Amino acid sequence: MKTRYHSVVLDEEKCQGCTNCIKNCPTEAIRVRGGKAVILTERCIDCGECIRTCENHAKKALSETLDDLKNFRYRVALPAPSLYGQFKRGVMPRAVLAALRQIGFDEVYEVAAAAELTTYAVRTYLEEYTAANDRRNLPLISSSCPAVVRLIQVRFPGLIPRIIPIDPPYVTAAKIFYRERLPELDYPPEEIGLFFITPCPAKITEIKTAVQAGYHVDGAIPFVSIFGKLQEQVEAGEKIDVLPKSTGVGIGWARAGGESVAVKWDNSLSVDGIHHVAALLEEIEMDKLNDIDYIEAMACPEGCVGGALTVENPFVARVKIRKLAETVNDKELPPEVAALGAELYAKGFFYSGQELPAIPALQLDKDLGVAIKKLEQVEGLMTKLPGLDCGACGSPTCRSLAEDIVQGNAQLSDCIFILREELEELASKLLLLSQKRPPALGKTGSEKEVAKSESKESSGKD
Amino acid sequence: MTTPGMVLRFSVEGGDYAAAGEAASKIKKALRKIGVDAGVIRRVAIAAYEAEMNIVLHALRGRLILEVAEDKLRVIAEDEGPGIPDVNLAMQEGFSTASDLAREMGFGAGMGLPNMKKCSDTITIETTKDRGTKVVMNFDIDDDGVT
Repeated sequence: MKTRYHSVVLDEEKCQGCTNCIKNCPTEAIRVRGGKAVILTERCIDCGECIRTCENHAKKALSETLDDLKNFRYRVALPAPSLYGQFKRGVMPRAVLAALRQIGFDEVYEVAAAAELTTYAVRTYLEEYTAANDRRNLPLISSSCPAVVRLIQVRFPGLIPRIIPIDPPYVTAAKIFYRERLPELDYPPEEIGLFFITPCPAKITEIKTAVQAGYHVDGAIPFVSIFGKLQEQVEAGEKIDVLPKSTGVGIGWARAGGESVAVKWDNSLSVDGIHHVAALLEEIEMDKLNDIDYIEAMACPEGCVGGALTVENPFVARVKIRKLAETVNDKELPPEVAALGAELYAKGFFYSGQELPAIPALQLDKDLGVAIKKLEQVEGLMTKLPGLDCGACGSPTCRSLAEDIVQGNAQLSDCIFILREELEELASKLLLLSQKRPPALGKTGSEKEVAKSESKESSGKD
Repeated sequence: MTTPGMVLRFSVEGGDYAAAGEAASKIKKALRKIGVDAGVIRRVAIAAYEAEMNIVLHALRGRLILEVAEDKLRVIAEDEGPGIPDVNLAMQEGFSTASDLAREMGFGAGMGLPNMKKCSDTITIETTKDRGTKVVMNFDIDDDGVT
């Protein structure tokens, strides 16, 4: 597994070397070195928080583009449910799907439709798990946000067993396509290109690094890179008739809380925004939320509608998604979807089978003894550093600078306060030295003047 | 504990609900940094949290001390406070002498000491009336016991 691949990268030319991004990173994965931001790949969870924060737009996501469609003879778009919330009110899924066809896709398979099967699978898994497990093994955590999953791997490895082992909706969409549509098409699988239309960079990374068993998603195209073209087509009107399959249950997944509403699990909790998620995971790790069954955690504010690669304001998009979901039945799973869900669930179709290892990127050393010594050194350095967490050294906090120093990646004088102290010391030493003269030369001018003024003062007092 | 290894100290103020839990959280972060098994971290963090809350709820002031060696972890919670009148009673689940204010805030469920006992491998309590309490909890680093 290529765990070190990241879709979030730095555009060196645009980076001004400011420290906005380092302060906001939930895994302290960014440093400023040599006037440019550097991403520590082991720690990065691709949440896109830095893309949102950077005023110079120096953080970007590597992705596929519409040009990549050329590599395939049959191109399939898998639009995320949140895409429907990007357009003006009144633009229905039907128009968006037609627009996707009109910009070059041969077929569109809605992830919102697949999300309804996921809804069935998650609900059934919750029923089985809560019946079989003690409360201290609760709550379970949704697997749908890859940035949250990665955050757990890096910062909360003890919670890995709590992640629901059900595929996220886009994977189910791809699997369903392979199951239902592939046999009907005259193309070999390698000539068919599946592209997830994504609101966020974390999904891009997931697609690039996941072991894709039984399906193959070939790439991801961000909303922001095709929005203009889609908008043109939406305005031009539908030239191709595409019938949406999704209902409000699946569309609702686009917003924070939508998953729990769809799954209809009362004893659940929804949290959004990566820092809020981290704070809540701390509580779960301390066994403080054992009375809750299910946590829907989304890295982006307001859920997928707030993805770092979206166009519309997240709060506006969230309302649009809610209204849209209400107009196309968000109450019940269509009976045929529930029936298919039951059939597939029994076969283990939704089981993700993805191995989720702990990522020990925050550890000071592999060896416990060495790590203890290093932590002791960190604590020692903390007594010297000012504790202002100013970020001027290029590390996000004084503690992270102390860790960087212990790891050999920074030095104490990188702290401008320490540097100033050292300079002050050096300057006073210099002054002192400059006043010293070999005895043969006699007293220096300044020493003479000091002596004179002293005698004047004392005489003035008389 | 053969070698004392590293020692970290965190002071805790009685009645300071705003800062309650910070010492346990710092202990958790430190253990994460040195790469202690996630299950062990969880046990230590829960035990440390309960010990910290006991100081906040009942004592004037106190401190948590974390001692880390390669094979063992120890958390010591010592406070200046009223002491525990009947340790056996306090060890029973559901028994609590927490104030109404504390209960209104959701604390004082009477699970503090029982949880500390459950999470640690060994626990000793020394307490003197009107003077204070010292709780010493030991944890094996290798043994990832289920709590």
